[in-house]
Amino acid sequence: MKDSLVVAGSSYGSRLLVGTGKYRDFAQTRAAVEASGAQIVTVAIRRTNIGQNPGEPSLLEALPPSKYTYLPNTAGCYNAADAVRTLRLARELLDGHDLVKLEVLGDPHTLYPNMPETLKAAQQLVREDFKVMVYCSDDPIQAQMLEAAGCVAVMPLASLIGSGMGILNPWNLQLVIDKVKVPVLVDAGVGTASDAAIAMELGCDGVLMNTAIAAARDPVLMAKAMKKAVEAGREAFLAGRMPKKLYSAAPSSPTEGTISPSQSKAA
Amino acid sequence: MIVSMIRVTVNGDARRFDGPLDVAGLLARLDCKGKKVAVERNGEIVPRSAHGSTLIADGDRLEVVVAVGGG
Repeated sequence: MKDSLVVAGSSYGSRLLVGTGKYRDFAQTRAAVEASGAQIVTVAIRRTNIGQNPGEPSLLEALPPSKYTYLPNTAGCYNAADAVRTLRLARELLDGHDLVKLEVLGDPHTLYPNMPETLKAAQQLVREDFKVMVYCSDDPIQAQMLEAAGCVAVMPLASLIGSGMGILNPWNLQLVIDKVKVPVLVDAGVGTASDAAIAMELGCDGVLMNTAIAAARDPVLMAKAMKKAVEAGREAFLAGRMPKKLYSAAPSSPTEGTISPSQSKAA
Repeated sequence: MIVSMIRVTVNGDARRFDGPLDVAGLLARLDCKGKKVAVERNGEIVPRSAHGSTLIADGDRLEVVVAVGGG
């Protein structure tokens, strides 16, 4: 059976979701996204530059929505009302597309989420038939509240957005994974491939990242590394890791038949 | 025909246009014709199908947005 990520009834072969910000240009964006193997890409909604050359390339041309599932976000929103307005605009812009990433920030320095406003926005968006993937703190109770509100996926931070600090609290992530039934994706904090692998080994359903790829010295190469890390971590999770113990009296090689029988007995 | 001046706010900036003007006409004057945009008028979405039939009124607040790279 194929091991797919299922979100809101749709299946995705890739468990790596990537952002499209902070790249040098659209060519690099496209090359990195392609190398990552991601099928879901996040985009931001912003005021158009009035007077800008109409012939200028757009993100929609670089990453055709026919080929990728767009996940419009509410980055930069600090209250529920702005987040809901932004996603209504996104749905209109993307011809009725209703899978969205909700994030309501609480602080412009840490970009830590404002959870009361996030929950309020989630409830409103679900009433309006949006399919909400929600960026949240790694608090298992908040995650359960978002699930109860009807979110299709919860996406706790591993560490702060853009920090690259990795998985700071695997125990809380584990609690979130254990407590909610909808997919759990780590969103924010991944810095390098091992971070993504750790998230997947914990049992996360996917990982969403932007800066870890875009801010690497070679973004396309890092995108390839992240693809492998997410796949490797997922397979390790499915395989079921061996238990940890401080030491083992069971060597991997046979204890019998060594050429120095007295020592093999001691081992 | 009486041409009246319409004062509106587009993406936070005050602008003046000769009226009457609908949303499609406004987008053309903003050089957004053919560009994939979404429009909000006074907090409400104006669906693409209604751009030609939604008249801009004096004092309207409009947002014209596009998709850009982001996390």
